[in-house]
Parts: sequence; structure tokens; C-alpha cells
Amino acid sequence: MRRIRRWGPGLLLVTPSLLALAVFVYGFLGWNVRVSFTSWRGLTPTYDNVGFRNYRALADDERFNLDVKHVLVFTAVFVAGSLVLGFLMALLLERGVRGETVFRTIFLLPMAISFIATAIIWRWLLDNGGGEQTAGLNRLFADFGLGFLRSDWHKSDSTWAIAAIALPAGWALSGYIMALFLAGLRGVPDELREAARVDGANEPRVFWHVVRPMLLPVVMSAVVILAHISLKTFDLLYAIDGKNINIDVPALYMWFTTFDGGFYARGATIATLLLLGVALVIVPYIWYSVRSERRR
Amino acid sequence: MSAPTTTAPPVASGPLSRAENPRIRSRWTPWVTSGKYVALFALVVFFLLPVYALVITALKDPSEVSVARMWQLPSSLSFDSFAAVWPKLQDGFVNSVLLAVPASVVSAALGAMNGFVLSKWRFPGADFVFPLILFGMFIPYQAVLIPMVQTMTNLGLRGGLDGLILVHIIYGLPITTLIFRSYFAGISDEIIEAAQVDGAGMLRTFFFVALPVAPPAFAVAMIWQFTSAWNDFLFGAVLTNRDFWPITIALNNIAGGQAVPFNEAMASALLACVPTVAVYVILGRFFMRGLMAGALKG
Repeated sequence: MRRIRRWGPGLLLVTPSLLALAVFVYGFLGWNVRVSFTSWRGLTPTYDNVGFRNYRALADDERFNLDVKHVLVFTAVFVAGSLVLGFLMALLLERGVRGETVFRTIFLLPMAISFIATAIIWRWLLDNGGGEQTAGLNRLFADFGLGFLRSDWHKSDSTWAIAAIALPAGWALSGYIMALFLAGLRGVPDELREAARVDGANEPRVFWHVVRPMLLPVVMSAVVILAHISLKTFDLLYAIDGKNINIDVPALYMWFTTFDGGFYARGATIATLLLLGVALVIVPYIWYSVRSERRR
Repeated sequence: MSAPTTTAPPVASGPLSRAENPRIRSRWTPWVTSGKYVALFALVVFFLLPVYALVITALKDPSEVSVARMWQLPSSLSFDSFAAVWPKLQDGFVNSVLLAVPASVVSAALGAMNGFVLSKWRFPGADFVFPLILFGMFIPYQAVLIPMVQTMTNLGLRGGLDGLILVHIIYGLPITTLIFRSYFAGISDEIIEAAQVDGAGMLRTFFFVALPVAPPAFAVAMIWQFTSAWNDFLFGAVLTNRDFWPITIALNNIAGGQAVPFNEAMASALLACVPTVAVYVILGRFFMRGLMAGALKG
């Protein structure tokens, strides 16, 4: 009884938040899964049970298969690009350069800008008009005599068109990755590096044998953060060129089929698969983070 | 919290090691240093190129705007583009202020209570509940959209700002809870225990011991929440009707079409960014800490 008096008030204080999250996160996720097993179409909800029919239908759905391919291409290019760029920026700033704060502020600036605004800027930069009407990056290339770099970007007719979106997405997020790596690099105690130097290791070897192993957790966080963002990417694609089938992804398909088409059951099925994809990277990550915190 | 904002110690290898290890000051050093600055400036160009296009186009006289000369500096400054788009953007701007301010204040206040309880006034099962809360921060919102729209419609909260504010508060709870939990974990247990010995209950300890030291955590949590509420598109798109559209939707409608003049698209994008960019530039330190928390790096 006395122990309840000890922790009871605490539980009482967090109960409203816990209930709200229980409903809005877990209740809604469960409800959405339930919808994915119905034949709900149109504005009136239908709660029948059609088993896995919607899932089987998606497996044969040409657009959905294309979308999965797109999101995988996008994830590969975007994650690898942002990881390399972010790491490079952190490495350049790590040892203290003059004006570090200015550089860092510039690299992180896009994080403060909404994906919608980012998309509106970049849809002009990734313009594929020709001749006099050439705009954006292609114009810049032409002005500098680099016309051979001209690209159709996301408007090109290939599976890789969506890779062009990794440019604005990387622009928006690689500063974040830089910040993660910078914190990681600066977390390596100076004594360790110094000890290796005294032992005669040169800088590349110090990096490889001392710094690199300690950066592995940072790489893992960065990959998980980027991969889950890339699976969820919606606003950016929607505002750059949402109706372009070459950059269609499951998140966009879900939106259009549900709210434009009224195919609620199909939308819920796509959303459930999206949730599974995100959970696959996020659940181990949370588990690992919480466990390593307890060990500390 | 390891805020990587403190200036890095210079490459202090000390006279001893420098003498003993000539590699640290090899003849390549000047090349490495200049290479570093060249690379940094190339990166700056990449990051500022879109900003440059945004700003100069928005400031050009509409008669001077042409896609063919989009990279050229304006011959004179003009605010005509802003004047042209502001009437269309104004309502969205006001709605977003009315939405983002309460969403960030309430979510931060609740996060403070949760974070305090989960770090300093723990109940059995707190360690089990915390990861479940965290998961809410990473879910794809598409997977809650259909039930959310149904629920908000049934509650009569769809259409206006109230429902949108509520949703932003709730989905903000995981990150604000995380920020405050990490922050309060840094207060020593002795202070909490001392307050208890003096007879303070939970609420007194929270209000008179924990909260007075929490302003930095409030700054981090509120900036994060303000930015995500301001920049949100998805929730606003399903929960509000025309009169209550937040700025992102207004912006997408104005600037999203192909027919819209280039300068007007840029001017509205610029206006829509002003509040979050201002917060970022002025309070960048706290912004950065929010990012670290978002990656579960306490």
C-alpha cells in the first residue's frame, strides 16, 4: 500500500498521455490493420472480412509492384548519398575549421524548411525543359559550358527517375547526418587517438583502428533514420510531381487510392505494409537503444 | 546530452608529439588544409544554390523574371512578388501560427510531466512503457490516417483547427517525452530525494525542483514541435477544410501548379519558411539538440 502511494501519483500524471497514445498510435494502427481485411470502398465504412484478399491483390497490382521498386531505388540512392555526404561534411568540420559555426548552420539550414517548400524550390531546379526554356540546374550547366550534364531528372522515363529526388531529399537531410557524425567523432576521447599516435600510427591508421570502430553505432543510427524517412517520404514527392507515375511510391499510392479513389481497404493494406517495412528497421533500433541505455 | 555545439578544441597535439611525430606536420599539411576549404566551399555552393535561386527570384521585378535568366542577379530589388502572393498566403500563415503555438506549448508541457515521471518518479513497468511510447515517433502516419479521419469526423473535430492541434499534440508526445526524460535523467537523484525528505510530494518536486532547471529542455521540445507542426502537410490535408488550411497546403496550392509564375512560387515558398528559419538561426543550438534526441541520442 505504501509503495502504491510512492509511485501512484506518477502513474496518474502520465495516464492521460499514455491513454492518448494507446488510442492514437496502437488503437489506430490496429484499426487500420482491421480495415485492410475488409472490402471497404466508398465513403461508408464496411467491416466485413475478406481475409488476405487485399494483400493478394496488391501482389498482382502492377502499380504497387512498380512503387515498391521505386521506393527501393530511392532508399538505396538517398541513404547511401546522404550517408557519404553527411560523413564527409562531419570529417571536414571535425578538427575545427575557421568559421565552423557558419558552415554547420548552412548545412543544417534545409532541416528548418518544410518538404513542401523544398519541393517547390527543387521542382524548378530539376526542370527538364529544352532550348530557350531550359531552367534550373540544366540552365546552370549550360551557362557554365557543362551542357553534357543535362538530365531529365525525375521526368526521365526510367526506373531510376526517382533517384533524382535523392538530390532534394539529400539536400534536406544530409546536414542531419553530419550532425550525428560530428557528435560521434567528437565523442572519441582525444587520449585514445593520442595514444595511437604515440605508438606510431599515422592519421589514416588512427582513423581506421581507433575512430572507425567507435563510429559503428552512429552509422547504424544514421542508416535507420534515413531508411525509415525514405520509406515514409510523401510531401516531397507529392509537391514536386505527385502525379508522375515514375516517382510513384506506396505512400503516394495509399494517399491517392484512399482519398481520391475511395478504395479504403486497399489504402489500409498499403499503409499496413508500409508500417511493417518501417517496423522492420525501427523496432530493432529502439530495442537496441533502450538496452544500451540500461547497460550504461 | 552531448551538444556538439561547443567549439572543438584546436588540433592540440602539443609540442612533444609534434616533434616526435613528423607526420602530423608533414609537407602535405598546407595542401590538406586548402583541400579541406575547397571541399567545404563546394558544399556551401551545393547547399546555398537553391536558397540563392529562391531569394533572388523572389526579389526580382516580375517583368525581369524569366526562366532563361533565373540564375542572374536582379538589376533592382522589388517586393512586388511578395505583395502579389501575400493575400493568398495570409490565412494559411495565420492558421499555422494559431496551430503551431498551442501544439508546441501543450505537447512540451505534457512531455515535461511524462519525462519527469519516467526518469525520476518511476512506476513499475515504466521501462516497458517507454519503448512503446518511442515507437509512436517513427510510425508512418499513413497507417493511422483512415482511423484518424473517421474518429475526428465522428467527434466533430474535422474541418477546423482544434482537431489538427489535438493530433499534433498527441503525435508530438513521444519526442517531447524523450527530450524531457533524457534531460531530467541528468539531474542527480539526491536533489529529488532531498526534496522528498523535506516532505515534498510528487507535484511539489516536479514544480519546484525539476521545472526550474528545465527551460533548455522546453526550448528544445518546443522548437522541435513548432517546426514539425509548421511544416506538416499530411495531417492538415486530411483534417482541415479550406478556411483552416495551414500554410503548407496554401503554399502547395499556390505554388504547386505549373501555370503559376516562377517568382510568385518562390516568394510564397520564402514567406512560408520565415518563421522556422528564423527560429533555427536564432536558437540553432536547441534545434541541434532536438535533432540528436530525434535520433535517440540522448
